[in-house]
Amino acid sequence: MTWVGKSLRRKEDDRLIRGRGLFTDDELAPGMLHLYILRSPYAHARILDVDVSAAEALPGVACTLTGREVAELCDPYMQLAPGPAANIRDLPMAVDKVVYQGEPVAAVAATSAAIAMDAGLLIEVDYEMLDSVMDVEQSLQDDTVLHDAAGTNRVWHGVFDYGDVDKAFAEAAHVVRIDRLHFHRYSSTPLENNACVAEWTRQGTVEFLCNNSFPGFAQQLLAPGLRLRTDQLHIRTYDVGGSFGNKIWNYVYMALAALASRKAGGQRVKWSEIRTEHLLASGHGNERTFLDTEVALDANGVLTAIRSRHLDDCGAYTRYEPLGCVIWSQVTPATYGIRNLRIDFTQAVTNKCPVVPNRGYSRMQHLWFMERVLDICAHELGIPADEMRLRNYIREFPYETPNGCIYDSGNYPAMLDKAKALIGWDDWQKKQAEARADGRLLGIGIGTTLDSGTNNFGQAQIMNPDLPFSGNSEVATMKLDLEGQIVVCLGTGPSGQGHETAASQVVADELNISPDSVYVRPGFDTAWNTFVGHSGTYASQFAVTGLSAVHGACQKLKAEMRRLAAFMLEAAEEDLDFCTGEEGPELRIKGTDRAINYWFLSNLVNNNNAMLPESLADVTLNVRHVYRPPFKVPDTERKFGNLTLTYAAQLHIAVIEVDRETGRPKILAYSAVDDCGKVINPKIAAGQVHGATNHGIGAALMESFNYDEIGNLLTSTFSDYCPITSMNIPDVQYGNIETPSPFSYNGAKGMGEGGGGPLHTIAAALQDALFAEGIIIDDSHHSPSRVFDRLQEPNRDRRVSVRSG
Amino acid sequence: MNTIEIIEKVSVEVTINGQRQRRDVEPRMLLVQFIRDELRLTGTHIGCDTTYCGACTVLLNGEPVKSCTVLAAQADQCEILTVEGLEQDGKLHPLQEAFAEHHGLQCGYCTPGMLMSSVALLADNPSPGRKEIRKGIAGNLCRCTGYHNIFKAVEAAAEEMREGADHGHQI
Repeated sequence: MTWVGKSLRRKEDDRLIRGRGLFTDDELAPGMLHLYILRSPYAHARILDVDVSAAEALPGVACTLTGREVAELCDPYMQLAPGPAANIRDLPMAVDKVVYQGEPVAAVAATSAAIAMDAGLLIEVDYEMLDSVMDVEQSLQDDTVLHDAAGTNRVWHGVFDYGDVDKAFAEAAHVVRIDRLHFHRYSSTPLENNACVAEWTRQGTVEFLCNNSFPGFAQQLLAPGLRLRTDQLHIRTYDVGGSFGNKIWNYVYMALAALASRKAGGQRVKWSEIRTEHLLASGHGNERTFLDTEVALDANGVLTAIRSRHLDDCGAYTRYEPLGCVIWSQVTPATYGIRNLRIDFTQAVTNKCPVVPNRGYSRMQHLWFMERVLDICAHELGIPADEMRLRNYIREFPYETPNGCIYDSGNYPAMLDKAKALIGWDDWQKKQAEARADGRLLGIGIGTTLDSGTNNFGQAQIMNPDLPFSGNSEVATMKLDLEGQIVVCLGTGPSGQGHETAASQVVADELNISPDSVYVRPGFDTAWNTFVGHSGTYASQFAVTGLSAVHGACQKLKAEMRRLAAFMLEAAEEDLDFCTGEEGPELRIKGTDRAINYWFLSNLVNNNNAMLPESLADVTLNVRHVYRPPFKVPDTERKFGNLTLTYAAQLHIAVIEVDRETGRPKILAYSAVDDCGKVINPKIAAGQVHGATNHGIGAALMESFNYDEIGNLLTSTFSDYCPITSMNIPDVQYGNIETPSPFSYNGAKGMGEGGGGPLHTIAAALQDALFAEGIIIDDSHHSPSRVFDRLQEPNRDRRVSVRSG
Repeated sequence: MNTIEIIEKVSVEVTINGQRQRRDVEPRMLLVQFIRDELRLTGTHIGCDTTYCGACTVLLNGEPVKSCTVLAAQADQCEILTVEGLEQDGKLHPLQEAFAEHHGLQCGYCTPGMLMSSVALLADNPSPGRKEIRKGIAGNLCRCTGYHNIFKAVEAAAEEMREGADHGHQI
């Protein structure tokens, strides 16, 4: 029996379908306090005074916190940026001024959430409003500077220059110029808000139950921020209601709950964010503007060079940034064979919510750009969409990109064929011709996406050579427990990806037992000693890092079990089989009925060990394995090196009709083909594809964080933000192909972040529908009103120019 | 100077998942807080503050309601069914089975509300088409599954409930 590759029903579901999960907000205990965070109504303002006296006088209030107190009790969080931006003082609460709407300015802990909120509303804050910087180009003028300590709004600048760009332009048959493209601000907004329960114990340690999704990173920021050692933090998660990257920097708020507990004498403090807070102040996806793009093509429409200026708007604080300034370069040429690129990349702060990694983080902005470029060129040169891709796709693998990344495997033409078959390509071509004859606006678009997984953190050094990060690692611990149960702990801290199930499948295959005999502990816990600095669920890597760690732990535990069994059965180790007998899992001498079961083995070590020889003194049946992918430190001068281990791919096709009267785009058909190498659990992998597709469609057509000119977020509730519902998602035809990765032990590629796919695809379909109207799709968000405006005011003449010959 | 008047508590008595429960609570307490914080049935979740997401959906006298938009006091003397009441005599409700079987959940946060809306849908319409299922759960957001497998799970459960009228569930 092989379990890997089967659509095993998930272990997690047993508790979740019964309402017996443990999400952080479910935790409640006698005497627990509840934290309310008062947030700035202004995007940019000086704080003149904070008066908490009325709040503190309210019965039920245990304590308040102000920015000044927080600044005395905390050190600013470590900044990753080099240069002036390294001086940004990032504290969990604003001290002298606020730099985005929703930034914490004070907090109250009280005996109930309602009293805490009542008290919060009694806090009086005097503000002096300052000019808001709401546009990245305006920000770079530095007329108004957000962070005095930095002295500039510019966070990062670097030039990524590969091949011989100038030569390629000199030799080009066509040069297409696109003056401006814009990728909008949205996030995948998990349904469970951020939350934590903190207890600053009398022993000086802090206990956290939280839903952070990158706890390996969080503890390295939180501990110094709170002036503690990492071993003084006990961080655990259990069930986490989605993250999509968005819960990576909620450590900022965890610190406030910890400080409130400290001030309240060690009482437990719970903080549960409400949705409006989440949308205002818990991280948005990166917004990016692409300027002055020039594309060189040969006579056949093959892209030979691109030069462009990219401006990334990271919001008010850098937090996880400016990593995004380099992360995109994991997919520098997208899925195309282009060898010459010069990207001038700048990031700046604005008075908006700080950004946070969001499903497809930084790569999808770049992939959207590359797809727009290719697609616009195809339309301008009159080359059919499918033909244009086929002329440009990378075909040989492993493939080294111009910046030294190694694409492990893939077959984009086969994905295109499959996506065409699923959607009924030829049929839609005919229908399109008919529609056009009727004057209807019907477009067919293709989007090809890469989901690069398993980061080489050495890319952080391309951004800042002084950062002490490189490589990657993940850990699993595994033991044969007292009664012979297999217990596995993961460092990954999942948020809905079914890690308990997938890990069980791997263990079951290794030990030749049923997954039901494997207990994988839910969540993450620093007390298990199952973490490294990279531990977490992010960057599409569990199938590689997490499962390689589990697989490695299996080998170590098996080696110990084999040695013990060989001693007890007086057999040679190589004569032993791992199998399941009548009484359950056991080791058996091949071809005999002589066996020893797991209870007996465990008991020998843990309870009944006087007969064990000295040669088995090192056997503990409790093993820890750290998996490290084979990475090298990139060449930071040339910005060159392998930045990720695996490259899953998505190829989507959309058919969209635009209503000429209202501008409303409607998806008529949609197909999505995924390649994540060898699939561990098809049901789980398909679920990730469905979810990512849903996020991308929602982002392209509905979801957007819109600010007014003074920094009010206009979409700060679900009613305004309009997350995609069951009424909006089209029927999608799903399919997959498998090109096994040569770089992972199991042939799997990390996956789950193909969130960008629909953004490219829908833009391409709209381009196809509207090109004849003189419209260039220059934005990633397509609300009916935006499309309507475009129809009234075609932009092709001012957006694009072509020079041939 | 602002002052806040302390208002007396009100008594709320409900039958929840077949059990009689009474608590004295603040008049402003929401039903979802009553269920979660007072009765400690934490399967019912909170995902938003504008009655949009449906994570808090429960059945109130058989009707699906978003319990974040009902005061606990309004539920006095009512019958409430939450996700914890779906399993009967150790047997999962066909919808619970189908959600697990068809991978209709990932993080599981929307699942309790999604299940309760689906229970109400199937009580109203034992043979819903895809469009009716979409409409039936339109008030419940799921951020993980893309709804695809939820549609399949509801269809499968409907079929199971039609064919196996003896599944033993009274809900």
